[in-house]
Amino acid sequence: MVVGELEENEADLLFHALADRTRRDIMRRIGEREQSISALARQYEVSFAAIQKHVAVLERASLVTKRVRGREKLVSGNVDALRRASRLLARYERVWRHRDDSIIRILNESEERTEP
Amino acid sequence: MTVVSSNPDRESLTMTIVCEFDATVDRVWQLWEDPRQLERWWGPPGWPATFERHEFEEGGASRYYMTGPEGERAGGWWRITAIDRPARLEFDDGFADESGEPTDEMPTMRMTVTLDGDDGRTRMTVLARFAAIDDLERVLEMGMEEGMKQALAQIDALL
Repeated sequence: MVVGELEENEADLLFHALADRTRRDIMRRIGEREQSISALARQYEVSFAAIQKHVAVLERASLVTKRVRGREKLVSGNVDALRRASRLLARYERVWRHRDDSIIRILNESEERTEP
Repeated sequence: MTVVSSNPDRESLTMTIVCEFDATVDRVWQLWEDPRQLERWWGPPGWPATFERHEFEEGGASRYYMTGPEGERAGGWWRITAIDRPARLEFDDGFADESGEPTDEMPTMRMTVTLDGDDGRTRMTVLARFAAIDDLERVLEMGMEEGMKQALAQIDALL
């Protein structure tokens, strides 16, 4: 199974998305309330296109969702309990992989002991 | 690596892990039954476990603590709800204070372990069912590097 790998890809997207100061700031602002991309762009000294690009990176990491209202695109936070549950279960899986490694080490020791 | 499959279910907050070992069922059962062997693998990385009590029978209780890198202790308890040597083990696991006494009568997670043997090999299936997402998070707080913990806390705050 490639569960771990999928989670790793998801983590790559997440950490890349959050590795930028402006994007973290966007997350904070839309955490307060849903906003259009143009409203967001007005709060920064960079271009509309630059903000649009930042939002796209956040969207790929499933951190935000966009919906259309009239001529505007509204951006809102997308972190629900399920997302949190997936993340935590992936970490719990790693705990068991570690346990598995330790068990194998113990089993190998006892094998050596019983050999003549 | 002998984990053959892992199946997280975020709706029911369960995780099913299947591992295979090159050892007999009796040998793998000892890893659960013998507290000296159990404590060598139960704790997460950097948090070795010490089992001070381990009554491996139906209705039996265990008391243990895990020691962190700074010497801090995190206690836990088990209550064995079903046992069928050497094929099946069910127990509740919960948080305890430093002396190992339960801080909450409600278990954090329910575990079901089944062992199937085949020609000297053993397939171990572990089903962990968490009571609440906060419990899962608390379990994971142990064994994480301090820096990583802070980074994750910052991400969580951001989200």
